[in-house]
Amino acid sequence: MLLTITTTHRPATDLGYLLHKNPNSLHARELAFGRAHLFYPEASEERCTAALLLDVDPVQLVRGCEGAWQSGAFGQYVNDRPYVASSFLSAAISKLLGTALAGRSKERSELAKIAIPLEVCIAPLACRGGCELLERLFAPLGYEVEVEPHPLDPAFPDWGDSQYVTVTLRATKRITDLLTHLFVLVPVLDNQKHYYVGNDEVEKLLAKGTGWLDEHPDKDLIVRRYLRNQRSLTRVALEGLAAREEPQTGEVQEVLDAPEEELEKPIRLNELRMETVTRTLLDAGATSVMDLGCGQGRLLRSLLKEKQFTRIAGLDVAPKVLQQAERRLRLERMPDRQRARIELLQGSMLYRDQRMKAFDALAAVEVIEHLEPERLPAFERVVFAEAQPPTVVVTTPNREYNATFEDMEPERLRHPDHRFEWTRVEFESWARGVADRNDYQVEFDGIGVVHEEHGAPTQMAVFSR
Amino acid sequence: MTDKNRINIPEYCMVLLVGPTGCGKSTFAARHFRSTEVISSDRCRGIVSDDENDLEATHDAFALLNYTAETRLKRRRLTVIDATNVRSEDRRDLISLAKRYHALVVAFVFDVPEALCHERNALRPDRAFGPHVVRNHIRSLRRGQRRMDRDGIRFIYRFKSEEEVDAVEILRDRLWVDKRDEQGPFDIIGDIHGCATELEQLLEKLGYGVTLDESEGDRRYSVTAPEGRRVIFLGDLVDRGPRVPDVLRIAKSMVDDGIARCVLGNHEAKLGRAMRGRNVKLTHGLAETMEQFESESDAFKKEMLRFIDGLISHFVLDDGRLVVAHAGLREEMQNRSSGKVRSFAMYGETTGETDDFGLPVRFDWASEYRGKARVVYGHTPVPEAEWINNTLCIDTGCVFGGKLTALSYPEMELVEVPAERTYMEPARPLIPASDVTSDPNAAPDALLDLEDVTGKRIISTRLRRAVTLRDDQSAAALEVMSRFAIDPRWLIYLPPTMSPSETSAREGFLEHPEDALRYFKAQGVESVVAQEKHMGSRAVLVVTRDDSVALRRFGIESDALGAIYTRTGRPFFYDPAIVAGVLARVSKAAEQCGLWDALETDWLCLDAEIMPWSVKAQSLIEHQYGAVGAAANAGLQAALVTVQQGVARGLDLETLREKMSSRFDNAVAYRKAYGHYVWPVEKLEDLRIAPFHLLGSEGGVHDDKSHRWHMEQLRLLCEADEDLLFQTDHRFIDVADEAQVQAACEWWLEMTAKGGEGMVVKPMDFVTRGPRGYVQPAVKCRGREYLRIIYGPDYDRPEHLTRLRRRGLGRKRALALQEFALGIEALERFANREPLRRVHECVFGVLAMESEAVDPRL
Repeated sequence: MLLTITTTHRPATDLGYLLHKNPNSLHARELAFGRAHLFYPEASEERCTAALLLDVDPVQLVRGCEGAWQSGAFGQYVNDRPYVASSFLSAAISKLLGTALAGRSKERSELAKIAIPLEVCIAPLACRGGCELLERLFAPLGYEVEVEPHPLDPAFPDWGDSQYVTVTLRATKRITDLLTHLFVLVPVLDNQKHYYVGNDEVEKLLAKGTGWLDEHPDKDLIVRRYLRNQRSLTRVALEGLAAREEPQTGEVQEVLDAPEEELEKPIRLNELRMETVTRTLLDAGATSVMDLGCGQGRLLRSLLKEKQFTRIAGLDVAPKVLQQAERRLRLERMPDRQRARIELLQGSMLYRDQRMKAFDALAAVEVIEHLEPERLPAFERVVFAEAQPPTVVVTTPNREYNATFEDMEPERLRHPDHRFEWTRVEFESWARGVADRNDYQVEFDGIGVVHEEHGAPTQMAVFSR
Repeated sequence: MTDKNRINIPEYCMVLLVGPTGCGKSTFAARHFRSTEVISSDRCRGIVSDDENDLEATHDAFALLNYTAETRLKRRRLTVIDATNVRSEDRRDLISLAKRYHALVVAFVFDVPEALCHERNALRPDRAFGPHVVRNHIRSLRRGQRRMDRDGIRFIYRFKSEEEVDAVEILRDRLWVDKRDEQGPFDIIGDIHGCATELEQLLEKLGYGVTLDESEGDRRYSVTAPEGRRVIFLGDLVDRGPRVPDVLRIAKSMVDDGIARCVLGNHEAKLGRAMRGRNVKLTHGLAETMEQFESESDAFKKEMLRFIDGLISHFVLDDGRLVVAHAGLREEMQNRSSGKVRSFAMYGETTGETDDFGLPVRFDWASEYRGKARVVYGHTPVPEAEWINNTLCIDTGCVFGGKLTALSYPEMELVEVPAERTYMEPARPLIPASDVTSDPNAAPDALLDLEDVTGKRIISTRLRRAVTLRDDQSAAALEVMSRFAIDPRWLIYLPPTMSPSETSAREGFLEHPEDALRYFKAQGVESVVAQEKHMGSRAVLVVTRDDSVALRRFGIESDALGAIYTRTGRPFFYDPAIVAGVLARVSKAAEQCGLWDALETDWLCLDAEIMPWSVKAQSLIEHQYGAVGAAANAGLQAALVTVQQGVARGLDLETLREKMSSRFDNAVAYRKAYGHYVWPVEKLEDLRIAPFHLLGSEGGVHDDKSHRWHMEQLRLLCEADEDLLFQTDHRFIDVADEAQVQAACEWWLEMTAKGGEGMVVKPMDFVTRGPRGYVQPAVKCRGREYLRIIYGPDYDRPEHLTRLRRRGLGRKRALALQEFALGIEALERFANREPLRRVHECVFGVLAMESEAVDPRL
């Protein structure tokens, strides 16, 4: 990974004073993740370039990371971390160029305070979220941005471009501003962090962002990505930016990036779904409900608010998701009486489960589309033939409605894990078959604002016997 | 008085010691029973309160006593209750507990002189209670004494004196049903109902010799059995058919000669009552029997009544692996005796309703059966005998014009003789055992129960006595199985993980074949096979001969010719056209090379590698390896150019330049390494399928054959379709022969230099034992360039390689052996037609093991 900073300010070699690094010497520093070298590939009156080269130790990286990072780029043993500009670069800037970053220069203190023509080149930079993001982040700060994309593999042209680019930024800036922008924005572009994101990150960001982050049109995005999408931290930071208060201790929450949710957000679909299902279960007279595939417990939370439900259970197949639900619902802190109403269970909709028999109603909200179609008969048998509750509520996306989502390719599904999405006819014919085979009546309803041609975004079947 | 002192009790029963405190119960218990068999109320008091005499703890102590007793009975252990048990109400709960678990109750009553009790208590300083306690106990005991047999206690033994107590000797008898020491082979014959002709034919077909001797004016049959074989009659020999007396004669003579056993059917029970003159309705064919009996002698009738009276409800055979009963038997009733067990074994279970034909609706106990023992039964006529959940009904309605069926055990072969004619019209049409509906998804066996897979599990396999899964492992597997796996009915095998060879100490190498070969040599293996390791994706192919097999053998309503899935049970291809195309070609190839006929099978399970790697892993290659290659090339190239500028300026950057230059070369080599395994797939022929194990087919797992056999069979298969199927190049190596070892290493170097992944070394025998247990079934040895993809572009720089060599293989190898045992077991259970859940348990186990966090680079 390489960062070069070039100036044509005369005398250009003053860059050495600004960076506190003699252009005729070699500078190196051992860092936790490898070795940083700083040298000047060119140094003349007219043009002087400082190069910061990070020689990251890939083996050390893996050894140090075992178990620490379960997800993201560190989750794999072979990854791009040793090669791309990332928060490693920020760390190297602050270690090797700390004085310049702070805006001080012993020999050229006046020069440090004025803007000089600067050109920066980073090779390569992982740009997660598209190259236009580079433009969005740097142009408002007065940089001219030049991007050279790299193909994934020239031997396989049809793979297209990789997310790696070599970027050149040109601007007339104080050296401290330039370094600060890089310090914050390189990790934002990379969108991964090599260290644990904790509360002190908020303070670091607030300190570094002084004077420019407030006005940046993409402030929210910068804060969110700098803090690795951790919402509560983000909130603290945004509040801090606005009020300049002491940041409070915020809890670190994992946020699963849900593409589906992002897509459906404008129509508040999720909330509507939970409201509708809860109301349906109330109207059916159920007093005990099991939510099949409860996920993080959104329906459970809605059910808990209704006194009519004296017994509520969330069933999910993923132990990790159940732990998240437990945290989200704050089961640990729940008063005993309330706590006694709800339980979280690991189970599968494809295995007969005696525990299902104890409930008046089973709800499968946005669940069946995550099953392989060939497993649907097993689902049908477990729920309708074996558990046989008086009421079953099933919801699933209405595929026809996808046409109304902007930026959605025609053949795409709303979520990568969806195995299918059904049109209204497909869903209804499946549901009627289920009802016939298992002596249920079934009624249909839509959830969300109905589109004249395409129907409601979500379809619901209510089975009763 | 010697015989009187010997008391025989059933080896499984509940023993109640009854008597006042101080009467010597505990001493008696200690003398005659194992300490673990005795549950003492005093001891329970001590466990819950640290004070054996704390009366305040009595309630909790008895809760513990009851729980312990129940748990033991559930597990069929003889259980001795050492409590005073003097009052009828003290005994009531215990007796009902014994009833629930079909245990007979035996009481030993210590009606000894009061003074003896006082004397004993006086010697115990902790028993500082007044004499009234003993007196009250004795009074209660005498009051309830007369009612004891009415309470449900089967055997009562009373001791009047210390001498009587001391003189007793207790012997344990096996239950009559318990014939676990009889291991067969057996020929189990279903309901005969007087069809003597068919019985004679069937016996002859099974190799028995039947002769009739009428010389003394009396019909006498004598039967000879093939060496060591015995017949088991499943009851209902009588009624409905034309020759009831002859059937009884044959059965009785065989039982008398020790070449048959017979269980009691409901028709014999009723006939017995009728012969005793009880008022029974002459329905369901009893009239025919009575009529045929009229011409028989009184001696014959007497003899047959004695025979019927001696029949037992069921037998447990072959170390508990086989249970026979007329109408079947639930697991919790097996090897136990009670009226309820007897009645279930005779009649099965009815729901209390009657059907349209006026017959009782039978509850299908087999659909819920989860027991370990195979249950073979009759009673309910079915058109075909078929295994459901480890149970088999072989009443194929001979008397109704069906056939007479026998099961040869342990061969599991069905032998049938068609009925000569319909002797009686059935009251209702025969219903297939699997269900009334033809929907295979509704078959009792098609559905798995959560209980079959969750929690901590211990799976017994042929290769390893017990494989233990932790509950977190099974929890992880439940998720993978539910979210990603194909229909579990296709999932009859999952391959084990494979460990690399020991880490090489050679300069520049992390793995080298000499280490793999040395491993097997150290394990005492003489010859091995080294196979080319194809760089594609592991696949299991279940292939069938024609489109009827899916339903017939796998219970899947589909005309698919099988399934192709990954090592974690996911569909290999998502495009059904490709799946169908590949399976059709493989099935046809098997036809052409005669494999179907040679193996007498209509399904095969193949372990294979499907290439190119990119067909399954395109996204991984692009986004993981492609991305690393792109980042490394871009970054290092830029770095190298810049460092060279510095060198040109006269900076002392030579060391850094050299390093950047070599790292850039590595980045280029990295791209080349994965590039070998990527090619576009547009049509079927672009795929290459390389099978390397012919794992199983009807009748068994081929783990008893050497790899030479596997390679030979697969060569024939591959030659039948060379466009799609690809032979695995291999060498047989004698590991003691240095020249052969050398040649193998050279072969490996040559192969990997051309971009090959490496090779896999296996002991010649599929399953091999070494001095310390099973030897790894396979060890892989990967080429230097292939390892670059896995360990990163710069892995072979000396400073990295030294650190990478510190890798432990122990965990990986332990997993490999356990998964191997589970995989083979799954397939074997499928081949043996065991129920789905028993097969699934094992493949589920492989997935569970795979959730273990092991360095994925190994």
